[in-house]
Amino acid sequence: MELKTKIHAEDGKQELLITREFELPLELLFKAYIEPEIVEQWMGTKVLKLENKNHGSYQFETTDQMGNKHGFSGVIHELVMNRKITRTFEMENANFGPQLEFLEFEKLTDDSGDHQSKLSMHIVYRSVTLRDQILQLPFAQGINMAHNRLQKIMNTIK
Amino acid sequence: MNLRRDVFQAIADPTRRAILLLVASQSLTAGAIASNFDTARPTVSKHIQILTECELLEKEQNGREIYYHFNPKKIKEIADFIEPFRKMWDDRFNKLETIMKNYKPDK
Repeated sequence: MELKTKIHAEDGKQELLITREFELPLELLFKAYIEPEIVEQWMGTKVLKLENKNHGSYQFETTDQMGNKHGFSGVIHELVMNRKITRTFEMENANFGPQLEFLEFEKLTDDSGDHQSKLSMHIVYRSVTLRDQILQLPFAQGINMAHNRLQKIMNTIK
Repeated sequence: MNLRRDVFQAIADPTRRAILLLVASQSLTAGAIASNFDTARPTVSKHIQILTECELLEKEQNGREIYYHFNPKKIKEIADFIEPFRKMWDDRFNKLETIMKNYKPDK
């Protein structure tokens, strides 16, 4: 099966490329990135601030299962409607530092009309080591969640 | 220098990727592998050695000859490494797609 979301992470490089094709018109895809209420839904986070303009900034806040709050923020370097967003992204209090993100949105035309679009997300990290650590985060979180579940089960047993 | 010996280092080099493609279809001796390249034999041997250390190639003694064959389990490690990260983004994008498909503008 062809994967819809692709990640290209070359060894020894401090960058990666995420691409995804959507069965959505370009305008709707872009809207999902600039409308705070929609961002909240698909990113699973609270949007405290989102200034969709050149030299704007944004702030997200996510509450995890344990009730801890995690901040994510960055500045928007450039925003061109329905075309691109260039921004920084940083997990607050995580020691990873900021990463630079180039988001490009394009219309895909095919036989079925222009209802498809594509997002290319080029992320540049400060170092190769940081990139590789961040790539492994979801894996580490997965293990943590499994541990938490196990902990809960063990607690009910005793 | 402390050299990394893992699958990622192994596939970073174009000659080593070519060697992997060669042995993917059949087991070959070092000589047979080297005959496919213009590169000097010791250079190819070095690449084979690195691939073996990274466990992408496995040695098999057959009489007086040593055959090298491909270890598919190890190459899977490369895909597995970023899979949870990819899955995380795939889930998010799937959600985005579903939300926007049902999106109705207020006005």
